[in-house]
Amino acid sequence: MRWTADEMMTVAAARALVGRTSCFVGIGLPSTAANLAKRTACPDLALIYESGTIGARPTRLPLSIGDGELAETADAVVSVPEVFNYWLQPGRVDVGFLSAAQLDRYARINTTLIGPDYRHPKVRLPGAGGAPEIAASCREVILVVRQNPRTFVDRVDFVTSVAAGAWVITDLGELAPDPDTGELVLTRLHPGVCVPDARAATGWDLRVAATVARTEPPTGTELSALRELLAAS
Amino acid sequence: MAELVSLADGIATLVGDGDTVALEGFTHLIPMAAGHEIIRQGRRDLTLVRMTPDLVYDQLIGAGCARKLVFSWGGNPGVGSLHRLRDAVEHDWPRPLELEEHSHAGMANRYVAGASGLPFAVLRGYRGTDLAKHTATIAPVTCPFTGEVLTAVPALRPDVAVIHAQRADARGNVQLWGITGVQKEAVLAARRSLVTVEEVVDRLDPRPGATVLPGWVVTAVAVVPGGARPSYAQGYYDRDNGYYRDWDSISRDRASFTAWLGEL
Repeated sequence: MRWTADEMMTVAAARALVGRTSCFVGIGLPSTAANLAKRTACPDLALIYESGTIGARPTRLPLSIGDGELAETADAVVSVPEVFNYWLQPGRVDVGFLSAAQLDRYARINTTLIGPDYRHPKVRLPGAGGAPEIAASCREVILVVRQNPRTFVDRVDFVTSVAAGAWVITDLGELAPDPDTGELVLTRLHPGVCVPDARAATGWDLRVAATVARTEPPTGTELSALRELLAAS
Repeated sequence: MAELVSLADGIATLVGDGDTVALEGFTHLIPMAAGHEIIRQGRRDLTLVRMTPDLVYDQLIGAGCARKLVFSWGGNPGVGSLHRLRDAVEHDWPRPLELEEHSHAGMANRYVAGASGLPFAVLRGYRGTDLAKHTATIAPVTCPFTGEVLTAVPALRPDVAVIHAQRADARGNVQLWGITGVQKEAVLAARRSLVTVEEVVDRLDPRPGATVLPGWVVTAVAVVPGGARPSYAQGYYDRDNGYYRDWDSISRDRASFTAWLGEL
């Protein structure tokens, strides 16, 4: 079975959730991967959305973080103050699963604006949402982001969230923080991708680990589950 | 006891020019019809407060009703940009829009402080971000017991909160269920409140997990079936995801938005 780079990214991100109990899910790429994980290796993973739906089991991908399907299938539906104060803030959620419009080498995330001037941005982006506290309060943070020089930048235009220590899964491979400096280092490549590809897709001088692992291609089961999920949505 | 009113009378009486107005509903139960009535009545200089501006504030901003926006996430969920919000921020159209920008956790806690009658709320938030540089309502505070430096955000006290709920009874007791967001906090934080409902029933049968706002904390109730469309009302109708996608093209340029506004 052939697959696309986006499919490889989503499958790799779903695999990253193996062994986790709970995941605070951002919308978009992270939500697709978290829902794939629930259909493949992690059926018992508790998906938590910022709308207050805890333990949601949607049958199709939600378009927003507050679709009715999430509330109907959740173990518990709590208020928005409660989901942030009681569930996220104390650090009881294993993984925060987020994306980004811009990302720098220290996993600082920008989802606020493009351009140098806050008052007169070139492009106004949606803003913070739940991300600053999801990035700070989950025990671990995984970012799911397509790798290209527009997104992987030397300097973010605005620091919306700080995901220091996060691990990044892209359509090309994976980056992990250097234990001493915190700088993101290329540690893994997906099948068919080489180091120069990853460097060319990065807006800073990308460091590469001494040994770069190779991702196992998606299995037929993973690809079928992903395609069924997307087709149903 | 809440007064039963028409939507037009409720907006005319409770929402004035220059007011700070919070239309809440987190993806679910968004008071869209109330937003449209505010546009029809031509309110101006509003400070609009809402965690997720969504289509309802994109419309109010594009219609020129707003002077300022207090918010935490201004996108079209799962679709992309709110183009009227962007046009106001990027090009001052139809008028400049002042922003007061927070995170969801910060906004939720600001409503909690307002509902609690406290001047501010405390959270472990915003650390290392640029938000505090641009938002005056984010400040560090030191815990007097542990010395931990936390973040303080001031209470939100809107002049009026507007929410949509599934139903109410004749005494104005309001019942909502499903994703209940920050609506209870918004109503309790506000000086006045208007609740639009799908229906008024003789008796509110208890429902597991439902939030009830007693009629004596609600100023007015208006029956507006479908008042949350194209968002949804659990148990009544589903979210119209197709309309959220359509809004992207309706709102993308000023001419098509202005045509939409003319038909409202």
